[in-house]
Amino acid sequence: MSAYDFLIAPFADYAFMQRALLGGLLIAFSAAPVGVFLMLRRMSLTGDAMAHAILPGAALGFLIFGLELLPMTLGGLIAGALVAAGAGLVARMTVQKEDASLAAFYLISLAFGVMIVSLRGSSIDLMHVLFGSVLALNTQSLIMIGSITGMTILTLGIIWRALVAECLDPGFLRSVSALGPIVHFIFLALVVLNLVAGFQALGTLLSVGLMILPAATARFWTRTALSLCALAVALALLSVIAGLLISYHLAIASGPAVILAAGVLYLASLLVAPRGLVRSNLPKHRHKVA
Amino acid sequence: MTHSHASNLCLTFNDLTLGYGSHPAVHGLTGDIEHGTLLAVVGPNGSGKSTLLKGIAGLLTPMGGTFVHADACRMAYLPQQADIDRTFPATVFDLVSLGLWPKRGLLGRMTREDRESIKTALQAVGLNGFANRTIDTLSGGQLQRALFARVLLQDADLILLDEPFNAIDTKTVEDLLGVIARWHGEDRTVIAVMHDLDLVREHFPQALLLSREPLAWGETEEVLHPANLLKARRFNAAWDEQAEWCADHDHAQAHGNVHSLPSDRVA
Repeated sequence: MSAYDFLIAPFADYAFMQRALLGGLLIAFSAAPVGVFLMLRRMSLTGDAMAHAILPGAALGFLIFGLELLPMTLGGLIAGALVAAGAGLVARMTVQKEDASLAAFYLISLAFGVMIVSLRGSSIDLMHVLFGSVLALNTQSLIMIGSITGMTILTLGIIWRALVAECLDPGFLRSVSALGPIVHFIFLALVVLNLVAGFQALGTLLSVGLMILPAATARFWTRTALSLCALAVALALLSVIAGLLISYHLAIASGPAVILAAGVLYLASLLVAPRGLVRSNLPKHRHKVA
Repeated sequence: MTHSHASNLCLTFNDLTLGYGSHPAVHGLTGDIEHGTLLAVVGPNGSGKSTLLKGIAGLLTPMGGTFVHADACRMAYLPQQADIDRTFPATVFDLVSLGLWPKRGLLGRMTREDRESIKTALQAVGLNGFANRTIDTLSGGQLQRALFARVLLQDADLILLDEPFNAIDTKTVEDLLGVIARWHGEDRTVIAVMHDLDLVREHFPQALLLSREPLAWGETEEVLHPANLLKARRFNAAWDEQAEWCADHDHAQAHGNVHSLPSDRVA
């Protein structure tokens, strides 16, 4: 098989692969920087919890309207927003910390979601909601994903300075500006939006993968917020392309293939990157005098 | 730079009570602080010094009484333990440049003069050549120097420093005291919580001795009189659950309720 057959032909020959590629690349562009800030704020698992939290909304849309994009998306958005706002409010207004309140809210939400899906019946439906299908993206989905990507990048650009300040020194931001909590909720909204953008293609369980894995991988290589975002986007793009090709050639599910590609990049970086497992633990033979 | 103001008062306290739950940590503080004052707040642990600074910084709502800021008073607050995430991938330059927030806000572009002023601020605190160091490589003293540089950039009229010299070596203390003296020379108001009374005697013209109640307030030599210090030493910081409700204010019923604040208070 020539390089052309392996790398280019699947995308050149099939419209569904082109749509999958475009959708995946759009998601990579916006999910990866969001993931960088999730990681820097030690909220990587929050992304995962939120991914579970959107399930009942998507499931309810699915139960009432069947496998339709708009109701499932809106449902997911509403469920995610409810859980994020509920957990945030409880954390700010009671002694309970956000990790505990978020766990409580997302578990309630997840149980509700699984119950709704089980009402409908077949496990194939459940599989579709949980794992999505990047190969079945239609024009409507692509427009929605594209809008979310545009909105995410624009919003991150606007709130960048406050987001960095809120991560670096929240007490300071509080002393000079009232933006801290607002920025926090805007950021959570971006997380939910990007999970919703991802679940059509990757499913609710794996849509968080393109957020966290490239960000965590980038952390092994570089050390400024901006370069982390740039590298995470590049890694996410690479994962999408590699994952789709693997999925095509081996005839395996596309969502897990994309996330596993990101996982391979993570493990490889863990081994060889300057701040990875090996090189940060090697004994240092040389050092400077000052 | 000099700051001219219509009124010469920077802060006015009127029977201010601050605390946690129903227990006051600062009780019945009344008095004024003029612009350009260099004031040390002293007292034993638990005597309400940090609470007072938090109250002035707007992080605590008064349980009773009021305090009033001068109009358009720009404030900088350096807490005892800044909640800085030392693992965040930021350089000293990034950290110090946060001090431009009052000037540039969320979207204002950083100009060449801003970069120059950051460089100058780093020089002033003795951190020449540290701009590109990541913050996880700084020592405690170097971080404190960087935070002073950030306060410099904030260009504040009222500067609140909570135990700025904790676990800091003498050389750094000397340098940072120089920065404080410079602020004083620029007619800025500086209020610092201090433990080293020798430093207070040497560098702070005015002092406030707290032990929940204000014990003495005025010229440092008089405030730090041995008789006053003895009184402060007898202070018992423990809360007394059996304590009676305080009645010696006209707002006695308000302990535990939240007082409304005057509208000219800048939060």
